Amino acid sequence: MSTDTKQVIAEEKPAEAKPAEAKPTEEKPAEEKPAEEKPVAKPVAKPVAKPVAKPVAKPVAKSWVKPVAKPIELPAFEKSISDKVVEKFGDKIQVEFVKENRVGIKVDKENIHDVAEFIRDGLNYDHVESVSGVDYPQDKEIEVVYHIGSYSDSSLAKQLLVLATRAVREENPIPGKDATKLPTLRDIFYSVEFHEREVFEMFGVYFTGHPDNRRLLLPEDWADLPPLRKDFAIKGR
Amino acid sequence: MLKDLVTPENANVFIGKLGDILEKAIDKPLGYAINWGRIWSLWPVHIETACCSVEFGAASSPRYDVERFGIIEAFGSLRQCDLIVVQGTITRKMAPRLRLVYDQMPEPKYVIAMGACAITGGLYFDSYNVLPGIDGVLPVDVYVPGCPPRPETLIQGCILLQEKIKRMKARKFV
Amino acid sequence: MTNELPPGLAIQKVDERIMTLNVGPQHPGSGHMRIIVQIDGDYIVACDPDPGYVHRGEEKMAEYRNYITNIPHLERPVIHDSCNILYPYVLGVEELLGIEVPERAKYVRVICAELNRCIYIMYWLAIYGIFLGHSTMFMWPAGDRELLIDLMEKISGARVTHAHFVPGGVRNDLPPNFEEVCLRQINYFEKRIKEYAAVFYDNPILISRTENTGVLSREDAIRLGTTGSVLRASGVDYDLRIKEPYDVYEELDVHSPVMKEGDSYARSKIPWLDMLESCNIIKQALQKMPKSGSVRVKLKPNPKGKGFDSVYKRVESGRGSLGCHIVSDGKVEPYRLKLSVPSFRNLIALPYLLKGEKLGNMPSVYWSLNYWPVEADR
Repeated sequence: MSTDTKQVIAEEKPAEAKPAEAKPTEEKPAEEKPAEEKPVAKPVAKPVAKPVAKPVAKPVAKSWVKPVAKPIELPAFEKSISDKVVEKFGDKIQVEFVKENRVGIKVDKENIHDVAEFIRDGLNYDHVESVSGVDYPQDKEIEVVYHIGSYSDSSLAKQLLVLATRAVREENPIPGKDATKLPTLRDIFYSVEFHEREVFEMFGVYFTGHPDNRRLLLPEDWADLPPLRKDFAIKGR
Repeated sequence: MLKDLVTPENANVFIGKLGDILEKAIDKPLGYAINWGRIWSLWPVHIETACCSVEFGAASSPRYDVERFGIIEAFGSLRQCDLIVVQGTITRKMAPRLRLVYDQMPEPKYVIAMGACAITGGLYFDSYNVLPGIDGVLPVDVYVPGCPPRPETLIQGCILLQEKIKRMKARKFV
Repeated sequence: MTNELPPGLAIQKVDERIMTLNVGPQHPGSGHMRIIVQIDGDYIVACDPDPGYVHRGEEKMAEYRNYITNIPHLERPVIHDSCNILYPYVLGVEELLGIEVPERAKYVRVICAELNRCIYIMYWLAIYGIFLGHSTMFMWPAGDRELLIDLMEKISGARVTHAHFVPGGVRNDLPPNFEEVCLRQINYFEKRIKEYAAVFYDNPILISRTENTGVLSREDAIRLGTTGSVLRASGVDYDLRIKEPYDVYEELDVHSPVMKEGDSYARSKIPWLDMLESCNIIKQALQKMPKSGSVRVKLKPNPKGKGFDSVYKRVESGRGSLGCHIVSDGKVEPYRLKLSVPSFRNLIALPYLLKGEKLGNMPSVYWSLNYWPVEADR
């Protein structure tokens, strides 16, 4: 459901921030200034992007990236990254969004291992910054989002590749023993080790192949639901 | 006769009883002196439980220099400490360790609860992993409110504790 | 290391040569966490960090509070670096709500963030001094730190927990006459921290204790995904203030220090060089800042995101890159908020670095990771 509403734009900003017009004299200059500044930020990303194959990849992408059909111009370099992935994997993946400096890709859990391997070897991303779980009880799924960055490739320094995958969610979880399982990415990105341990205890997503699926942050005697699931309510709320 | 009663097994009990009797005897005349000695050597255990330890550290900085009051000295061993300053949030994982540390300290021992989290849970009143105050874990002598308390507040709390010890019986645990 | 029990309950079966030691949480050389080390004689064979003693469930609590009331408790993980830990959250909320920030507010934020970075590093340095038994190095930074705390107190009214950054700018404008006072303090501060070299960084005892201990090579630093000073001490030139400049950093001249050695000494020196750089940035920002103007866009009482959206913003904090992943579902509260904190990311290097070290080197290696346990546990 997140994919439908997901839009590519960071551009429609100024409308929302208008508060009650109590002090119009103060507000106006505040709104206008950033508008002038915006164009400054953009060109930084573009020049890097130019050489990469923009026209080649576009037709391939069109079938897949629905939001792209809109006339908004996508950041070119980010687009080229997502196109590379689309070219390699076709309909196994789904491009969720292409924003400035961020490319979002959604994968099934069967393919995540291959996609991650391609991201490391083919696209030069080399470490994972963050692994966050997001619980969607209405879809009966738990999403695990990897934010992958690169230190060694300087053209990718400001880029983050957001790789998302979903695991089945069980009503009565028995962490580690139920169907909520995902393949680990530790053998590809070593840096996910503690992050995946954290997701395991906070969401009950067991990472098969992870050598060290122990508890990390919670107390040893924790016997409740994994606390970051939506059905775990904190006291008084 | 006494020789028959005292065996190697219960010798320590007898010595302890003897100590109690002696202490009771000297409580009146010497109690003030004993307490006076205690209030100038309040050494805290080095156990940090949360973010209030930043201000705890700042209290020993040259500007606040808490050591001029004879309290919060440099960190010693657990067995030589008589003060435990609970520096902030107690989580469910930390609580058993805190109690373990407290139990290992020799008598007399005093507890200062520093920060809103240690008193009532503070900002984390509805968190799933935080105890609502340490009253259920340790007997608290002085509460130092604030989030985090300024070093001055901590110093005032320590001075309050000194005042309290002055008025205590020398044998605190009677 | 291999059994299934959680670390607190596990009874390790070891042979007669190898002993298991629990360092912490009550130990002068561990802070708020426990490090389970196995030693053979004086050498560490294996190490298993056990964080979580200050896990307070910030991320869960954030789901029950709206975007503005989240501010005070999200800065609690690093109260002495509170501006920097709020920074990615505030940037993220601004992107979600579509707010543009006034120019002057951006400069005020940069000044506050750099001041806070210095405050953080000074505290870190003080503790590093006490870990190595160097009392002067506790007293000097702890005392000099108060100067900058005074500045922040002037700006925000609180010693450490400022809650000064809000979506749409900063809470208050700078106090009158601030530029002058700040410049004077920073000049003094800069002169003062240069003296630390003589007493600490050029000290042969420190050098002999920290050089060639816990060496992290460039490849491993990248592979382990470390960040901040740990990464830059291993020769990777990666600073988000330069690589992905936020707010007005691209208009300022930022040089972040890099060293190649990758040992404890380099890791302890990088933050100090960072502070000198921060002083430079503050001076530049004071010069370039617009002298007047609004510092805050007024928001609606309960700002909401627009439908399902997610942002990931990151900044360079005192410890490294600090990210905030916010998923919004169009309600007044975030649907999910994840802080990706540098301490947690650097923790993974600890077992790796301690293997083969002497037990006596443990505090110096551990604290040189620029680690703050409260932040790692969240």
